[in-house]
Amino acid sequence: MSQANGRWNQQAQGRAQRLGRAAAVLGARLHGKRVLAEDATKLLEAVLEPGDRVCLEGNNQKQADFLARALTQLNPAQVHDLHMVQSVLALPEHLDVFESGIASKLDFSFSGPQSARLAKLVSGGQIQIGAIHTYLELFSRYFVDLTPRVSLVCAQASDAHGNLFTGPNTEDTPAIVEATAFKSGIVIAQVNELVDTVARVDIPGDWVDFVILAPKPNVIEPLFTRDPAQISEIQVLMAMMAIKGIYAEYGVQRLNHGIGFDTAAIELLLPTYAESLGLKGKICSHWALNPHPALIPAIEAGWVESVHSFGSELGMENYIRARPDVFFTGADGSLRSNRALCQAAGHYACDMFIGSTLQIDLNGHSSTATLGRIAGFGGAPNMGADARGRRHATPAWLKAGAQARQGRTGVSAMPRGQKLVVQIVETFREHMQPAFVEKLDAWQLAEQAHMDIPPVMIYGDDVTHILTEEGIANLLLCRTDEEREQAIRGVAGYTPVGLARDRHMVENLRDRGIIQRAEDIAIDKRDATRSLLAARNMRDLVRASGGLYDPPKRFRNW
Amino acid sequence: MPVLVGVVGSGNLEVMLEPHGGSTCTIDITTSARGFGPIWEAVVHDFQARHRLAGIAVSINDMGATPAVVSLRLDQAAAALPLGSKSISGAPT
Amino acid sequence: MNRSFAESTARERVTHLLDADTFHEILGPAERVVSPHLALLGVPSAFDDGVVIGSGLLDGQAILVAAQEGEFMGGGVGEVHGAKLVGLFKRALAVQPAAVIVLAESGGVRLHEANAGLIAVSEVMRALLDVRAQGIPVIMLIGGANGCFGGMGLIARCADHVVMSDIGRLAMSGPEVIESSNGVEEFDSRDRALVWRTTGGKHRYLTDDCDVLVEDDVAQFRTTAIGLLGQSLPLSLASMEAEHALLADRLSRYGDCRDALDIWQRAGVAEPLRVADMEAGQMPALKALKPKELA
Repeated sequence: MSQANGRWNQQAQGRAQRLGRAAAVLGARLHGKRVLAEDATKLLEAVLEPGDRVCLEGNNQKQADFLARALTQLNPAQVHDLHMVQSVLALPEHLDVFESGIASKLDFSFSGPQSARLAKLVSGGQIQIGAIHTYLELFSRYFVDLTPRVSLVCAQASDAHGNLFTGPNTEDTPAIVEATAFKSGIVIAQVNELVDTVARVDIPGDWVDFVILAPKPNVIEPLFTRDPAQISEIQVLMAMMAIKGIYAEYGVQRLNHGIGFDTAAIELLLPTYAESLGLKGKICSHWALNPHPALIPAIEAGWVESVHSFGSELGMENYIRARPDVFFTGADGSLRSNRALCQAAGHYACDMFIGSTLQIDLNGHSSTATLGRIAGFGGAPNMGADARGRRHATPAWLKAGAQARQGRTGVSAMPRGQKLVVQIVETFREHMQPAFVEKLDAWQLAEQAHMDIPPVMIYGDDVTHILTEEGIANLLLCRTDEEREQAIRGVAGYTPVGLARDRHMVENLRDRGIIQRAEDIAIDKRDATRSLLAARNMRDLVRASGGLYDPPKRFRNW
Repeated sequence: MPVLVGVVGSGNLEVMLEPHGGSTCTIDITTSARGFGPIWEAVVHDFQARHRLAGIAVSINDMGATPAVVSLRLDQAAAALPLGSKSISGAPT
Repeated sequence: MNRSFAESTARERVTHLLDADTFHEILGPAERVVSPHLALLGVPSAFDDGVVIGSGLLDGQAILVAAQEGEFMGGGVGEVHGAKLVGLFKRALAVQPAAVIVLAESGGVRLHEANAGLIAVSEVMRALLDVRAQGIPVIMLIGGANGCFGGMGLIARCADHVVMSDIGRLAMSGPEVIESSNGVEEFDSRDRALVWRTTGGKHRYLTDDCDVLVEDDVAQFRTTAIGLLGQSLPLSLASMEAEHALLADRLSRYGDCRDALDIWQRAGVAEPLRVADMEAGQMPALKALKPKELA
C-alpha cells in the first residue's frame, strides 16, 4: 500500500482504475488472473487508454501472436495512438495496428521480416518512428524514458497464481516484465498451457496481472539453424583464416558469433582444422551464443566450457537437457535464456565479436541497410562494439588494445584494452553485388526515411579486422585515414573499390603485416575443402549429437 | 595430359589446362555472365603473375562464379600440373 | 576417413571407385565433344558434356564405367551425353567387360535439347538391354544429391542391379512435377522428408527397387560393386513375367497406401517413423521381415 498522497501516486491510481474496469467488464468470467481467450480484446479495451505506451512481445524468436491479433481487433475510435515499444516487428499484425490507427508511434530494434512494409508505412506517414535501437539499448530505456504502461508477453505455462514458465525461449520477458510491474504497469501473458505447478518459476506471479490460455501455441521461428550442406569452399577458406589469423593469434577464449554461414563454417572447423593446429583449450571456451546446431561437433569434442544464450533454438531442446554442464539450465532441466543479460555478456564479458554484413565503406563503417527497407539493428552493435566501460583484462583484450595504441600520443597514449570486432564477408555477394562500396546505401536510406543519422550497424572505429577471401586487414595497426582506406581496398578483391587500390601502398601494408594473405599465415588455399567440416549436412549434426538434436521439419532431407 | 578441375554448375566453373607448343600461355573463357570483362582480365592477370605458365592453354567454362571461386579453381588447376610443365618466363596473351 | 559419394564430383567418384591409376577416359574433355545445342541457347557447355566414360579395373577385373555429373545441367541427358553412354554400351559388346557400371545422377532428359535428348534416352535403354542380353551385368550406383529421375530412372531399373545410398533417390517424376500436376495436398515437394520417404534409397530398398543399400561412402559403393561383378541376371520372357507378377503383387498389397510409412507398416516394419533415422546397416533386418509368399 503506497504511503504517497494523491499527487505522487498517479500511476498506481491509474493502474487501480484500469484493473477495476477490467473486473467490471469481465465480471464472473474473470477467474483470479485467468481471462478466457474470447475475452482477450475486451480485456485490452478495458485496461488500455489512448496514447498508452504498450510493449508487445515481438521477440527475435518467440511471438505473442495471439495477443498481437487481439490488439488488431480493438476499436480505434476507443483505443488509438498507442505508442508501441517492442524488440522485433515480425508478424503482419505488428504493422496492422498502425494501418488502422490503433497505434501511431513506434520504438523498436529489428524488423527483418517486415522491413519493406515498415518503410512503406513510414513514408506514408502512418507510423512515426521514435528511434531504432539495439536490443540492450531498448531494454535499458524501458527503465528510463520508455517504460511500458501495459505489456503483452508470452510464456509456455502458468499456474493459478500467475507464476510463468517461459522455458527455453525466455528471451526478453524478464526485462520487459520487471520494467512494467515495478512502475505500476499491467502485465498480460498468453500461455500455451495452464498447470497446477509450473516446471520452474521464470516470472513470479506477483508481477503478472492476467493470464490467457491461447488457442494455439505461440509462434517460434528457428532463426539460428544453418544447413552445413550450403557452406562453400570460400567460406571454409575464410574460416581457416579467421581461426589461424585471429582466434589463434589473439587467443580468443570468450566470444560471440553473429549468425551466418561464415561463422557456422568456423564452428564446424573447430574439431578438425583448429584441432590440427593444437588450439583446443586455447580458444573458444566460453560463448554468448544461441544454441547453434553447428556448434554441436565442437561441444562433443570438448571445446566448449559454457554457452549463455539470448533465446533457444527449435530442435535443440533435448540436446541442451543432456548437456547441462555447458548450457544454462534450470532445475527442471530446460534451457534458461535471457536476451538482456546475454547481450550484456556479449558486450562486456567477450573478447571478440565476429559477424558478416552487407556493405563496408572506405572507413570501415559497416551497414546492413538497404533502400526501401527499414530493418533496424537487433543485437549486433552491442556485441560489435568496443566496451569502453570494461576494466578487467585478458590477453586478447590487452593485445588488441596495445596494437591500437602503439606509438600514439595524447589521450590515446593511456594503455587500454580493446575488443576484437571482426567483419567477415566475401567481396562479392549474390548477383555479383560488391560488399565494398565508396558510399553506404545507409546515407540514402536516412534521407528517404527522415532519420537523424545514417543507420550504421558497426562503426569503423570499432571494427578491428576485416576478413575476406583475399585476406585479413588489421585496422588496429593503421595510423592514418589513408592507411585504413588502402588496407580496406587491399582486401576488397576485384570489386571496383578493390581494383582502385594503390598497389604500392597495399604491398607496403602487407610487408608491415597490416594486410595478411592466406599464404602469409601459411594457409594453402587448396586445403580449403568441405571435407574439413566436422559436419557436412544436417544428418551429420544429428549423428554428432547422438540423435539428441531433432531438426525442424524444413531442415530434414532424409 | 590435360588437367581438369571444377564443374560447370551454378556459381561454379571448370578449368582445363592443356599443353601446347610455344612459350605463351593462352586463356579462353566462355561464360554465362555478361559485362564482367575487366574483372576477368584482372583475375587472369593476377593468376599469371602468380604462376607464370608457359606452353599451356587454359580453357574455362563458367556459369557465374565469383572472382573468388575463379581464382581458387585456377590455382587448383595450376597446382595439379606435373612439375616441369611450367616455365618462369612468358607474358600472358 | 569416409569419402562422401554425394559430395564428390563424377570424376572424383570414378577415380576412387576403380583400382588406383587404372582409369582410361574415352572422349575426354580435351577432345571437346560438346553439346551442339547449348551454345545456341547461350548456355555454357561442359567439355565432357556432363558424363565421364571409360575403362578401368575394379579389383583387378576389366570393367567399363560411366559417371554422370549431377551439377551440370542437373545431370540431364543431351544428345552427346546420351551418345557417349550408347557408345560405351556398344563397346561393352565388343570387349566383354566383367560389368558396365553406371554412376547415375540425372534429372532425365536434358530439356534444352528436347527431342535429341528423348531419342538419346531410348537409345541408351536399348543399348543397355543388348549388353544384358550378352550376359554382361549392368550395375547402377545411385547416391548423388540430385537423384536419378525421369528417363534415367527408367534406364536404371533396366539394369541387373541397383545400389543406392539413402541420400540417393530413384523415381520417374520429380517432386516439383508431381506437386504442380496434382497439387500440394497430394504431394508437398518442399516436405523434404516426404520426398525422401517416397523416392529415397531406403524406401526403394524396402520395396525391392534397390538391391543393396550402402552408406554415403565411395568405399562402400566400391565394395558392393566388386561383389556384383559377373552377377548377370537372366533377361528372358520368364524373368519379365516374374517381374510383372511381383509388380502386380506389390500393387495389390500397397496400392491404397497414402504414404511410404503406411507401406512399411503393412510390410511388417514395427516402427515406421524410426526408419528415416536408421543407418544403412540396420535395413536388411527390416527387409527380412517382409512376408515372402511369391516364388
